[in-house]
Amino acid sequence: MTFVEAFLSKGVTKSKMQNTFQHILPFPEDVSQPASQPPAFFADLNLDQLIEAITASRQEYNLKPFFWTPLRDAELVRYRQEVMQDLEHEATMRCIKVFAERMSTVRRYLGLIEKLDFDDHKKGWYLEAALVYGEAVTTLARDLAQLPLASRGLLAFRAWVQEYAASQAFQAFFAEAQQVKRALSELEYCVIIEIGKFRVKRYEGETDYSIEIEKTFERFQQGDVDSYLVKFPESSGMSHIEAQILQAVAQLYPEPFQALAQFCTRYPSFLDATLLAFDREIQFYLAYLDFIAPFRQEGLPFCYPQVSTVEKTEWVRDGFDLVLAHRVQAPRRVVLNDFSLQPGERILVVTGPNQGGKTTFARMFAQLHYLASLGCPIPGREAHLFLPDQIFTHFQRVETVRSLRSKLEDDLVRIHEMLAQATPNSLFVLNEIFFSTTLQDALFLSKEIMRRLLDLDVIGVWVTFLDELASLGEKTVSMVAMVDPHDPAIRTFQIVRKAADGLAYARSLAYKHRLTYAQIRERIHA
Amino acid sequence: MKVFLLYPDRDFDPSQPLPPQAADLTQDLGLDVLFSAMSKGDAFLLDVSRRVLFLGSDQPQVILYRQEILKDCLAHPEVVQSLYNIPIEFLERKRKEWLWISPRHAGPGSILSGAQHMLEVSLELLRKLRKLADEHAATFASPGFRRFFSMIQQELDDAYLDTVEKHVQALRFPKGVLLRARLGRGNEGTGYMLCKPNEPEGWIKRLLSERSPVYTFSLHPRDDHGARVLEELRNRGLARVANAAAQAAAHIESFFHVLRWELSFYLGCLNLYEQLTRLGESLTFPQIAPPGEPRFSSTGLYDPSLALTMKRKVVENDLAADGKTLIVITGPNQGGKTTFLRSVGLAQLMMQAGMFVPATSFSASLAAGVFTHFAREEDKKLESGKFEEELKRMSLLIDHLKPGSLLLLNESFSSTNEREGSEIAREVVSALLEAGVKIFYVTHLYEFAHQLWQQQAQNVLFLRAERMPDRRRTFKIREGVPLETSYGADVYARVFKLN
Repeated sequence: MTFVEAFLSKGVTKSKMQNTFQHILPFPEDVSQPASQPPAFFADLNLDQLIEAITASRQEYNLKPFFWTPLRDAELVRYRQEVMQDLEHEATMRCIKVFAERMSTVRRYLGLIEKLDFDDHKKGWYLEAALVYGEAVTTLARDLAQLPLASRGLLAFRAWVQEYAASQAFQAFFAEAQQVKRALSELEYCVIIEIGKFRVKRYEGETDYSIEIEKTFERFQQGDVDSYLVKFPESSGMSHIEAQILQAVAQLYPEPFQALAQFCTRYPSFLDATLLAFDREIQFYLAYLDFIAPFRQEGLPFCYPQVSTVEKTEWVRDGFDLVLAHRVQAPRRVVLNDFSLQPGERILVVTGPNQGGKTTFARMFAQLHYLASLGCPIPGREAHLFLPDQIFTHFQRVETVRSLRSKLEDDLVRIHEMLAQATPNSLFVLNEIFFSTTLQDALFLSKEIMRRLLDLDVIGVWVTFLDELASLGEKTVSMVAMVDPHDPAIRTFQIVRKAADGLAYARSLAYKHRLTYAQIRERIHA
Repeated sequence: MKVFLLYPDRDFDPSQPLPPQAADLTQDLGLDVLFSAMSKGDAFLLDVSRRVLFLGSDQPQVILYRQEILKDCLAHPEVVQSLYNIPIEFLERKRKEWLWISPRHAGPGSILSGAQHMLEVSLELLRKLRKLADEHAATFASPGFRRFFSMIQQELDDAYLDTVEKHVQALRFPKGVLLRARLGRGNEGTGYMLCKPNEPEGWIKRLLSERSPVYTFSLHPRDDHGARVLEELRNRGLARVANAAAQAAAHIESFFHVLRWELSFYLGCLNLYEQLTRLGESLTFPQIAPPGEPRFSSTGLYDPSLALTMKRKVVENDLAADGKTLIVITGPNQGGKTTFLRSVGLAQLMMQAGMFVPATSFSASLAAGVFTHFAREEDKKLESGKFEEELKRMSLLIDHLKPGSLLLLNESFSSTNEREGSEIAREVVSALLEAGVKIFYVTHLYEFAHQLWQQQAQNVLFLRAERMPDRRRTFKIREGVPLETSYGADVYARVFKLN
């Protein structure tokens, strides 16, 4: 087995350390590993698009499972929030990113080796990977020491990485890598190229001919002509010709190459498993913070919500839909909305004109809860949120031919299934259900479902065109999508806590279409 | 190596745009006739003459510099022709021998071999140029030519030319290209540097020293990939010398181009001089008046384009307009006013290009650009919107006028009635004068001209085309107050054969 094969089969080592730090991104005991599928409601809430955008530039880390796994553990959420807050320090963020970049380089170099053909070439890249790894660890341990860390997670990791970097094993490994590299990079040789053949020999003080030529032609170079200097990019890879040259160099200077071979045998693997896990997990935090940075720069508010698994009283000030904000071009005009569930209140019932921002509001409501349960800062100025155990959503779907059931029946079946799975700690988002029946039926069915939701004591938001639903009792809160009082065709996208008043809206629309009493009198008169 | 025959400190930039008024100037002043006399049918000469004339200088030292050079050219036309033939020969050989420098994407090897060939030819011609300089330098008096010849003699000394020739040969690398290199990342070769092989050592030293091993590899004849790799390595090593050689070749080529370009102007001047003197016309080098006070004085001023067209000596005028910023020219139709205006514009342009001028004596201050606003033939067909078109053209001009500009107005604002035309003329002219623009105004607007005359301003000069009592025109322009009639009746009578 060559050293490369040995590396590829073993891959990583587990250092023997006093420190027992394991994960920067913890999951509860009962979660053996992050979800492999997105939750069912992801598409309804546009969270699929959001997570796609957040993880887009970090494919190599496979971060989606982290974002698919919400926590229902206030303590763990706080643990993550602390790490996030530490990473908001620019210097900390930069330090981690430098480390991540180097680790990415290490992986690239090691991946490269698999595709190479020549032994000394492979060993050369193995050495490069080792050097970058050594540099990554050393710099990380040194830089973290300077930083004002406060999170439990990063403090524990700092202690771990400092112990690792100072360990005898790591020190010896890195020192040897550097020594081998130094000897190799000091070699100088000559290649003499003729037609159809070439020679390789030691460098023996031959003088630079380019300088001599440039000096000679200086008189004819007075800065008024184009450059003919062809730039050759530093290409990596090795042809059989270059391999022959390298072979000859190894024969001209055997010692440094023997040292390289010894190094490779001595260290068939050098990546530490804990560090590799850290490298991946920390990207969860960086990805989210990087994603929200441009929004913050434009002045959109983000906050770390107070979370609870018990208290259903909650409120958000200046919340917004992150997906919508992401879709519009900067400079963004994003509408900020408040909501609250006072003691005893459970369901927000949203009414108002079409295209008034109702659906967006409903999505935002669930989104904020979901992002809070990941431990992320959420789009809003201030927030206190309940951590639900499950989220259920029901949005209008395009009717499929495949479905033999009627639309109405389909709606009912799905809601029935949800109610069966739900617990008092679940969260519901219902958007314009029972659209495909008479007003009377819709009202009857809605009241029935509402009663069941309230009996179950879930929290949620219900977007509806049925004003009556907004005033069913103490446990429902009526919210209305507002229009510009001067021109009802202009939506403000503000959703405010307010009794549903379809009438005012209807009158203004009538005015716009010249259907008020006075208008009709006048028109008929004319 | 710099030519510097049009400016004491720089080359003429042929790529700079012509002034926006170039087309109007050409049409209004009849410049095409002048250009064709200068070029004698050579398109290159025509282009150069146009550019230098339109892009004249407002620096007295530049104009004097060119005047001196032009005087040398008039004294040694045959030497100037021989100088001119050198870049011409370069261009011919370039075309015949396919000399060219490959673009960068062709690679250093290709760039180098193209540059070598071009350098070989160039060196031959540079030696010729040196010889001309050695033979004739002493007979030239102008600072421009003296600098040029001594630059050639200094920069192209024999020792230097020999060294360059030797290197051009060596760059063919008969013993292979020797590259020095190091191992970079992943043990891949890097830092390829072209080196000169060490001189062979004496046999004693060779016997005594330990011989270092050399490994030799031969390429399989069908190993195309290997050949390409080797070629690329070679190219890496050659990049810098290829650049140096190509830049040198390109520099010399551009030197030849500039030499041809700048000499073309003087050849054009020689052509014009020869044709006008053959018609008996006189040419003189103008006196450049110091800046500050407006000056314009001349004797024997004529329109060279008219002379060239008529192929004879034409009417000359004397003018003493020193201290004047507005010269109003009135008088009978077909009395030579436009021709006079043209001679003023042409003389000013030629002076600022560094040429001789069509006069027996001439002195004027330099202008910040020459501009014309002539009533146009085609305008007269466009009955509607004609006045608007005129105003639009004026408005465009005003975008470009500066203090010190010279503006030649020929019957401007005459496409409306006299009262409106006079009113606008008054407003435009007084505004421009206050802005420091010098104006020659040929006009039939009596009300305008008369009012001006009544003001008796020191800076205004009134000229009138002469009409003899027998209605005959002499085409002479003399000082004279504006008259209420332009004697259009005379013309009418002549045309209708009245009388």
